[in-house]
Amino acid sequence: MATSHQASGVQAGRLPAEEIAENFSDLHPAYDPHEAAVAADRCYFCYDAPCVTACPTSIDIPQFIREIQAGHPASAARTILNQNILGGMCARVCPTETLCEEVCVREAAEGKPVEIGRLQRYATDVLMEQGSHPFTRAESTGKSVAVVGAGPAGLAAAHRLAMLGHDVVIHEAKAKSGGLNEFGIAAYKSTEDFAAREVDWLLQIGGITVEHGKALGQALSLEQLKADYDAVFLSIGLAGVNALRLDGEAMEGVCDAVNFIEDVRQADALAEVPVGRDVVVVGGGMTAIDAAVQSKLLGAENVTVAYRRSRAEMGASRFEQDLAASKGVKLMFNVQPAGLKGNGALEAVELEYTSSEGGKLSGTGEMVTVPANQLFKAIGQTLQGQPDMLALEGRKIKVDDQGRTSVSGIWAGGDCASGGEDLTVTAVAEGRDAAMDIHAALTGAAG
Amino acid sequence: MADLTSDFLGIKSPNPFWLASAPPTDKEYNVRRAFEAGWGGVVWKTLGAEGPPVVNVNGPRYGAIWGADRRLLGLNNIELITDRPLEVNLEEITRVKKDYPDRAIIVSLMVPCEEQAWKDILPRVEATGADGIELNFGCPHGMAERGMGSAVGQVPEYIQMVTEWCKKYYSKPVIVKLTPNITDIRNPARAANAGKADAVSLINTINSITSVNLDKMAPEPTIGDKGTHGGYCGPAVKPIAMNMVAEIARDPQTKGLPISAIGGVTTWRDAAEFMALGAGNVQVCTAAMTYGFKVVEEMISGLSQWMDEQGYTSLDDFVGMAVPNVTDWQYLDLNYVAKAKIDEDLCISCGRCFAACEDTSHQAIEMSDDRVFSVKDEECVACNLCVNVCPVEGCITMEEMAAGTVDPRTGDVVADEYANWTTHPNNPSAQAAE
Repeated sequence: MATSHQASGVQAGRLPAEEIAENFSDLHPAYDPHEAAVAADRCYFCYDAPCVTACPTSIDIPQFIREIQAGHPASAARTILNQNILGGMCARVCPTETLCEEVCVREAAEGKPVEIGRLQRYATDVLMEQGSHPFTRAESTGKSVAVVGAGPAGLAAAHRLAMLGHDVVIHEAKAKSGGLNEFGIAAYKSTEDFAAREVDWLLQIGGITVEHGKALGQALSLEQLKADYDAVFLSIGLAGVNALRLDGEAMEGVCDAVNFIEDVRQADALAEVPVGRDVVVVGGGMTAIDAAVQSKLLGAENVTVAYRRSRAEMGASRFEQDLAASKGVKLMFNVQPAGLKGNGALEAVELEYTSSEGGKLSGTGEMVTVPANQLFKAIGQTLQGQPDMLALEGRKIKVDDQGRTSVSGIWAGGDCASGGEDLTVTAVAEGRDAAMDIHAALTGAAG
Repeated sequence: MADLTSDFLGIKSPNPFWLASAPPTDKEYNVRRAFEAGWGGVVWKTLGAEGPPVVNVNGPRYGAIWGADRRLLGLNNIELITDRPLEVNLEEITRVKKDYPDRAIIVSLMVPCEEQAWKDILPRVEATGADGIELNFGCPHGMAERGMGSAVGQVPEYIQMVTEWCKKYYSKPVIVKLTPNITDIRNPARAANAGKADAVSLINTINSITSVNLDKMAPEPTIGDKGTHGGYCGPAVKPIAMNMVAEIARDPQTKGLPISAIGGVTTWRDAAEFMALGAGNVQVCTAAMTYGFKVVEEMISGLSQWMDEQGYTSLDDFVGMAVPNVTDWQYLDLNYVAKAKIDEDLCISCGRCFAACEDTSHQAIEMSDDRVFSVKDEECVACNLCVNVCPVEGCITMEEMAAGTVDPRTGDVVADEYANWTTHPNNPSAQAAE
């Protein structure tokens, strides 16, 4: 594996394994207790705190930070997990810079928010390292619920339902649980197999069975689930990937960013993951940034993110943009792919400059050609394989505020369902809230 | 550049910052380094009578409380007076004073409450060339149980008696150090004055338990499985010390009695405040024990800067200036009306003022949907709680209402003239205004 940085084509081992390992170390390393104490001391314990309002799962942030201040991080973790059972992962992957930390009053005061995400990680790490599970199940209700998809929404729903005394079976298409936490997030955000460890820890509640290799429309039909269980919760994510719709899209080197991210996450050895010398990522969201940064960390020489709109409109936060830039990724704005060049294998991408008038984007006709032996498409995912019986809203399963679909007895949440941003934390909130509504429906409790 | 030279009881020092009698002044090594660092004087750690030296515990001697970022706010100790032989201390004092004639060296003393004991030690102290003595009537632990320290300081008659002995057998200034562990500081101060003390110094440490170890179920510092009360000092005690200094400064019986102030002095401002309340100089311990001798540099530069800005050329220009403005509650102007005002530009919208006022005070702060906080003048009693809980200095201020305007809370016109409780119609024993 003596491939050099400048080796042509798509190759593995562009950097020494040790350097790659170092590159992929924890993006936000864990606080030690002293760091946590200093960081926690900065919280002002605001009244009706803006950070809580900004959190999709409404974690009582001033309360949990106060619990850290007062020397009991394990109860801080309970405060977090009460609202967000995947608080450990959310502490790692939430774009806190656009959520809780953006509205922290110390951001207003000093341009430096309380580091809520890292404090949340500190508290949840302390509790998880104790090896125990802080919640217990209520007495059995005798009801059973099917959850389809073991991603954040499904796991959150399953945990809440199990805690309330229902028996839950999660049907998961893949061989591993976790959904995007396991397959769709940059490796440096979930180190040391955290996503899998979190799932194991979550399942300690009991009452949840996970059946892998069960995809809706294949081994599983919604009609059958509806017949077999008292309620069904769908959290099937967005399995489809948008295409560029350009000639040559089938060429070697043109790939989906989500697949690349999955390959990186699932690799036994990162040095064995191939990456191009010249990489172009098309898109402007977190997936684009995750793919671009990881390409660079694997040793790609030139990595360019090509986004068709302006910086201000980019889905990825400024923090993510700056992270990419700091790793040497070039960010191009107002360019869209117009052509793919190559003979069997990709050689270059032709980009056309764009202008936007009244929100309508159009090409200016001016072109620039960027060398590329690898192109990652990160222009959005789409709902795929949804049952016909469910009404859609836009391109997602239509749900109301409680997560109810158009069909009685079927709920949905997470990225596959309408409403909310496509974030882990939002999926957790939707799964949790749907679970509460399912519980109310199954027990006749006031909802 | 303001002249910081201090003349306290005729004892000259280049600045009014002395190190208090405490561990920092226990030996020659420390005191020489303190003088090199710039301290104006030291009160040498308390000497006891000839004989086997006292013994200290061999476990932790200090306990503490902290503020945010573990800033030390209060320190307590269970250390006793010097545990080094008397002769060694006396020799060291002699040597250091000889080498630093421009610095003040005061010797703190604590010997049994018998005339002979004082008669024995005082000539030996005098022979060191030190500038004066300070009688340790304050130490609240250990020595008090042996009839010394605060056991003397809590009995005014003893204070007067011992002070008289000292004045009889010692020719230089005698400073009486007072314990705050009493109900009215004026009584021991009056006793010292009656004994012809040249000055009082205060406060010594306050009886305290700083924390309880919940595993051992014992006070901290814990020696094995037991703890005891210690003497509390540091920034946390400053308000208590300032009140006591002011009480002595404005007591007609002790008015004019020189005061050396002690209690939480950490920056120049603390010193200036104590001196404004009548102290001729200040003594420092906890700040040095927390940050090292270097802290005196800020005290010097800060006091000097402030004096220049104010146009004060010597310490005497402002010593005691605040004393006439310390009064009893009954003389406060009840016609003075203020309202809180929140500066929206400075406000960071934490809402602590709202929580404090809404939950615990007068429901006088309004919060809009977009987190703009404003004062309801018709409810505000100007209690100042919002100012105190606001994390941004200067964001909330108390604005005096001009005479002739109407206070929307009471509907009354703000009166121009001063009026206090003694003449207030609600006071059953009010005297008719003349």
